[in-house]
Order: sequence, then structure tokens, then C-alpha cells
Amino acid sequence: MATPDDLTFQEFEEAADLLSSNPGASTLSISSPGAAASSGEVRLDLSDDEDKQQESSELLGGEKQTGGFWTFEYYQSFFNVDTMQVLDRIKGSVMPLPGRNFVKHHIRNNPDLYGPFWICVTLVFSVAISGDLYTFLIKMGDPEFHYRPQFNKVSIAAVTVFLYAWLVPLGVWGFLTWRQSVERHISGYTFLETVCVYGYSLFIYIPTSILWTIPVYWFEWLLMAIALVISGSVLVMTFWPAVRDDTRLTAFATMAVIVSLHALLAVGFKLYFFETPKSTGSPHSGQQTTPAANHTLAVGKH
Amino acid sequence: MAEVEESSKPLFAGLSDISISEDIPVEGDISVPVGSQSADNDFSTLDEPVKDTILRDLKAVGQKFVHVMYPKKSSALLRDWDLWGPLLLCVTLALMLQGGSVDSEEDGRPQFAEVFVIIWFGSVIITLNTKLLGGTISFFQSLCVLGYCILPLTVAMIVCRIVLVGGSGLVSFVVRLIVVTASFSWSTFASTAFLADSQPPNRKALVVYPVFLFYFVIGWMILTFSPSH
Repeated sequence: MATPDDLTFQEFEEAADLLSSNPGASTLSISSPGAAASSGEVRLDLSDDEDKQQESSELLGGEKQTGGFWTFEYYQSFFNVDTMQVLDRIKGSVMPLPGRNFVKHHIRNNPDLYGPFWICVTLVFSVAISGDLYTFLIKMGDPEFHYRPQFNKVSIAAVTVFLYAWLVPLGVWGFLTWRQSVERHISGYTFLETVCVYGYSLFIYIPTSILWTIPVYWFEWLLMAIALVISGSVLVMTFWPAVRDDTRLTAFATMAVIVSLHALLAVGFKLYFFETPKSTGSPHSGQQTTPAANHTLAVGKH
Repeated sequence: MAEVEESSKPLFAGLSDISISEDIPVEGDISVPVGSQSADNDFSTLDEPVKDTILRDLKAVGQKFVHVMYPKKSSALLRDWDLWGPLLLCVTLALMLQGGSVDSEEDGRPQFAEVFVIIWFGSVIITLNTKLLGGTISFFQSLCVLGYCILPLTVAMIVCRIVLVGGSGLVSFVVRLIVVTASFSWSTFASTAFLADSQPPNRKALVVYPVFLFYFVIGWMILTFSPSH
């Protein structure tokens, strides 16, 4: 006779214990005599549900920013990519298929800084080394030419590439965010995604710069055209959906600015690092191309 | 104890009555080891001659050089890391590579500071990259490994200088190309052998590529070294 009373009393205590340990838990009132066994099962189910809910909320959360920017984990979250992911993103930047937005298709809410940074570093060294090789090949027949490695060109290349890869995305992101705040229906990208797109789009210049050492005039310009088309189309296909809802003037102006900056970078590289010397063959023929390089630097600094 | 509690007297009340008489013989030997230097030698090396100190560090550096030249998967380089070897190698390489003053013919060569900065800054960046990708190696261990694996490239630099004494034509260029290529692949292979175990498995290529780039750039600087006239 005391047993069902004891069971109900214990059930209440267990429920009270559960509630005190986990105030947010949902409670079920079970009033059957066999409640002790089923309350145990209920307790297990509740804790399982709780874990599952927590896990799924973590998976669905977009930008997971663990810790403040002064902790190491914050920066580790930007390097959360595997080899296959990086290779896949590089492939996506080299073969832009129409209709495939690079950000949506490849980056997928996981922008990384590994790709942009190391692609920029590789580009700096490939442009400098190939330029050196090109100068050597061009002047090989010149008897009074004494080969000197132009090491200072590495510094110039580094400054140009890194300024372009960081300041231009900053400008584009700022502009898109401003337009987004003005007109609500435009979808923007985060700063990291913009940097990511620009970084990966620079990849095509690496094999281009290596192939530029072949000193055949029309081939060089053909290569430049191909590289511009490929990387320009990556950029255009990424940013067109973001600006297409804007007024036609703004949309086209934005696209034109993006493409022309990219073209300026390529042309600047070609003219400064791979200069074809004039017929006098003087090693100081860099004088007339420095305005082009300065222009690139000035535009990149905007 | 139990009796004290039961009798409710204050604890240890009876001890004040106990006295040790002085004619209880105390036996035994208490000897303080006079030769305490044997314990001190393990901790303080202040008393040893300078030659011993230097030779011990040189021997450690030399042992690590041997490990780099014959790379096997061993943790010797990682366990007792030191930065003497990398400093020595870096200074040697930078001294041999540097250009002269601004006006002279060698103004295209990298300056001493540029080589130094490239080697150390490059090592720091690669180490940061490794740690950001989730490697379990410590900062200085990684610097130590990357610095020691410059040894094949330094050897190649010495060989190149010797070859350049003989002439700077096509044959010497081909010889230098082969030597530099062999040594830069050796460096990359050696450092990969030491660093491989501490990387997460599906990111190994992401970690190895910057190391490859680093040694490639140093190899290019060695290959394009042109003698002064």
C-alpha cells in the first residue's frame, strides 16, 4: 500500500533533482505506478536530446568565432582547411564555370587565409624569379651584359601583391557593405570571403608568370589575355550576383572597376618585371616603365 | 590517544613531564658528504673550464648536423633543440651571399640583412603556419629543425663558390644547378622527415609546401650568385 505512494514520492524527488540540475529541461508529468522505470528512460532521452541539439546548433552556426582576436584559437579558425579543400578551391579558380559562384560553391562559409596568403607569397617569388630569368634570356647574347640578380625586385613585387590582395578586397567589401545598408535586397560577402576570392583568383598568374619567361612577343600578350579572362571571370561571377540588384549604373561601374584593377595588376607585372629592352639594349630601360608601376601602386593603394 | 580522549584531559598534557636524560646513548653516524661538488656538477657548470662548455655545445651542434645529413625518423633534433646551429648556418650563408656597397658591381646581390631576414622571418612564418594548421610541434623546435636543414644548402654554397673559381661558363652553371637542386631537395626531405609526425594527417601537403618554397627561394639565391670581377 505504501509502494505506490513511495513511487510517486520518489518520482517527484527525481524530477526535482533533474530540474535543479538542469533548469531548462522540459518536464513530463507521468502518473502511472510504473513511473520509476520510465522516468529513468525519460531522463536518458532528455540528456540525449540536449546533446544532439547542442551539436546541431554548432554545425549550423555560420562564422564560428572562438575567443577574442587576441587568442590563438581565433586565428586557427581561419586555417581550418584540408589539403583536398585547398586543391578544390584552386581548381575552381582556374576553371570558372558559368553559374558557379566561387564563394557559394567552393568556400561555403569556411573562408580560409591559408590559400590567399601562400598564393600571394608564391606569386611574389614566381614573378621575381621569372622576371630575372627573362632578363637573363633576353640579354644572353649581349657581350657586355654581366648578369646581376635583381634582388630588390622581390621587395617591390611583395609590396605590390600584398597591397593589392588586401586593400582592394577591403575597398570592394566596404563598397558592397555600404550598398547593402542603403538598399536592403543586396546580399553581401564577409571581408574574409572577399579576401579569399581575390587570393584564389591570383593563382592563375603563377603559371602565367612562369610561362612569360618564353620571350616570344605575341605569346606573352596571348598569355596575359587568357589569364585576365580566367581570373577576371572568377571575380565577375562572384561579385555580379551581389551588385546585380543595384542600379544598372552602379552595377556596371563596380564590375568595370574590379576588372580594370585586375588588368592593371597584370599589365604592371608584365611591363615592370618582363620588360623587353629597347634596341640599345641598355640595362636601365626600366626608367620609362616606372610610371606604369607607380600607377599600379597608386591605384592599389586606394 | 583513546585513553586521553576518554579521560577528557587536554591532549599531550603528560608530555611535559617527560625529559630526555643526557646519559641515553645516541648511536649512529651522521656524515655530511663533503664532496658536494658531485651533486652540484649536474646543475651548475660554472666551475668547469670554458673549453668544456664550448665543446659540449659544439658537440651537440655537430651531432645534429650528422642527423640532418643522414635523416632518419628520429626525435633527437626535436628533443634537445638549440638555435646555435641555425644561427651559425644563417650567418655563414648570409656572409657568403651578400653584396658589397651600393655603387659597386655587386649591387644586385642581396644584402646581408636581406638574407638574414628572409631566413629567420621565413622560418617564423612557416612555424606559425604549421601551428595554425594544427601541428603539435612547439615554436622553437620547429625553428630549430628548419634552421638545421639549411645545412645542405650551405654546403652547396661552398661548393658553388669553389666551382665559380674555376670559371663561370655553361659547364659551371650546369654543375651548380645540379648541386643546388640536389641540396635543396635534400633539405626539404630532411625537414619533412623531422616534422612529419607532428602534423594532422590530411594537411601534410599544406605544411610541406611552404617549406619547399622556402628552400627553393634560398636555392635560387645561391644559384644566381655571381662572382664579382
